[in-house]
Amino acid sequence: MAYDKFDILKSTAVPLPIENVDTDQIIPARFLKATERVGFGENLFRDWCYNSDNSPKTDFILNNDTYSGKILVGGKNFGSGSSREHAAWAIYDYGFRCVVSSFFADIFKNNCLNIGVLPVQVSPEFLQQIFSAIEANPKCFFSIDLPKQKISIDYSGISESFHINPYKKANMTNGFDDIDYLLNIKREIKKFAQDTPL
Amino acid sequence: MKKTLFDKVWDKHVVQQIDQGPDVLFIDRHMVHEVTSPVAFLGLKNRKIKAMYPERTFATADHNTPTINQHLPVMDPLSAKQLDALEKNAAEHGISFWGLGHEKNGIVHVVGPEYGITVPGATIVCGDSHTSTHGAFGAIAFGIGTSEVEMVLSTQCILQPKPKKMRITINGALQKGVTPKDVALFIISKLTTSGATGYFVEYDGDVFKNMTMEGRMTLCNLSIEMGARGGMIAPDEKTFHYIKDREFTPKGAAWNKAMNYWQELYTDDGAKFDKEFLFYGNEIEPMITFGTNPGMGIGISKSIPKANTIEGGADTYQKSLNYMGYNEGDSMIGKEIDFVFVGSCTNGRIEDFRAFAKIVEGRKKAENVTAWLVPGSHNVEKAIKDEGLLDILEASGFELREPGCSACLAMNDDKVPKGKYAVSTSNRNFEGRQGPGSRTLLASPIMAAAAAVTGKVTDPRTLIN
Ligand code: SF4
Repeated sequence: MAYDKFDILKSTAVPLPIENVDTDQIIPARFLKATERVGFGENLFRDWCYNSDNSPKTDFILNNDTYSGKILVGGKNFGSGSSREHAAWAIYDYGFRCVVSSFFADIFKNNCLNIGVLPVQVSPEFLQQIFSAIEANPKCFFSIDLPKQKISIDYSGISESFHINPYKKANMTNGFDDIDYLLNIKREIKKFAQDTPL
Repeated sequence: MKKTLFDKVWDKHVVQQIDQGPDVLFIDRHMVHEVTSPVAFLGLKNRKIKAMYPERTFATADHNTPTINQHLPVMDPLSAKQLDALEKNAAEHGISFWGLGHEKNGIVHVVGPEYGITVPGATIVCGDSHTSTHGAFGAIAFGIGTSEVEMVLSTQCILQPKPKKMRITINGALQKGVTPKDVALFIISKLTTSGATGYFVEYDGDVFKNMTMEGRMTLCNLSIEMGARGGMIAPDEKTFHYIKDREFTPKGAAWNKAMNYWQELYTDDGAKFDKEFLFYGNEIEPMITFGTNPGMGIGISKSIPKANTIEGGADTYQKSLNYMGYNEGDSMIGKEIDFVFVGSCTNGRIEDFRAFAKIVEGRKKAENVTAWLVPGSHNVEKAIKDEGLLDILEASGFELREPGCSACLAMNDDKVPKGKYAVSTSNRNFEGRQGPGSRTLLASPIMAAAAAVTGKVTDPRTLIN
């Protein structure tokens, strides 16, 4: 079993209303030198969190105690840029289990799904409602119901459904990963490999 | 049924279709480097398994290697540890490893084609998003995450939903001074950095047919910057000629068998794409970026667009201009610069250095500019010397460094200092990409050359004889 099962998540959320948040912002390249998957959370949004002398930038949202939770809400085109899974690891390691945006970059989304972070794509309107709800009350709760594929703003009850590939959904709810699946069909893969032209 | 080029290659590699799920896709060739692989190898170790087909995987060290004194031990302990881990992992699993100092060492996407690892009709993956480069040969090539690196090592497959298909056609001819890099930056400026998200792109039309293989690689390399999974160009005589007799390309009967397959690799007349774009070569000018993503590019004669003419958030746009220290309405021509970087898997091949040398020949590097010229591989480095380009560069006051990714992502010491401007031939101008606080202007090798000799942003066409 590769990671925790994902079922229903109820949590407050951290808003990051910036578009095109790229992987170099999520985790700058100079923090990719690990040979194990530990400690990436400390460097999440490193250059937005800290000045060059390592003092915290007090105006950045992650340094503001008012906001906390297991849900990160980002602007459109979240996760563009590199294929580094370290970006998803940093988000997971920091304590987020779900990222909400109106649009995700492809590889980033895949990487999230592969490591147990749920990417929830909502409409631009719903995203605005989420940002407004947090602005009105930073402690407001959201529910992310993976089995029902529904995200709701708890106090108002407003909700929207989201899409997820059924196979990926089953994996997330069971905490399985793709490698478990592939290892189970190794014999078929071997047979296939014999006839490839290259 | 009528099929696109992409369909033909994809369908040939589907081992199994999972009901309502992704396809199990067989991977012909897998490239590995030091940064995104250690955790994947660790995964294999934890599962107590070995690489399934080690002969299909190739490892090179490039991302955090120094570009001077490569014969000395690597100073940075963390980088040294990653390089060491790759060497050990490769040995343990029986994977070819071209480490620092090895004659075949270089940037993963430069050495792949050089040694014939890259062939048409193949599926090629690597834990680096610019794997899309290899699409230039008519391969399906794309970047993957570390979990997927582990999948490929352990089962030679990954699970992928089939992307949608897009065709970008550019007909007509390019104007003087317009290079493949400009074509790519032009397309990204039109489509934005998310315009092709969810799609695999096929490039078609006169402009791509007339491009060299190097140019096609530059183009396909940048597909990822418009959000696409990858981009590809149908193989033609130029492609076959390029790959023939390289070390890892099929030989003899295997070549003929492969040829039978390769000759079918084109989009059938009437095959359907989910989205199509059509442009003309003469619309394109030499391009330069002014902002913090590759879609924020303009023709060199244009000025920085006003926020109210831009789709998307005005705040994000303004934040980006503030970071760059620019104002809407500014012209880019004459902007001061501090660094010039020529290299990366986008523009670090021999053709790029030829183009750069042609402009700087007989001129001098500007005093205020620090220039990093970093060949994409030892092979490129050797060609630069053999062709006499090094003499030209040195006479103009430039030095050549040793191969690697270098300032493309600044994991080694090649970092642009905070607040400084760099005209770079690489692929990303994100905040801090070339070092914390660095400001990047993406451009072609000849735009970089023009900047290097004039000390400011200059229209390269004014320096072409
Ligand atoms: S040159 Fe840059 S983009 Fe290319 S492989 Fe290296 S880091 Fe990645």
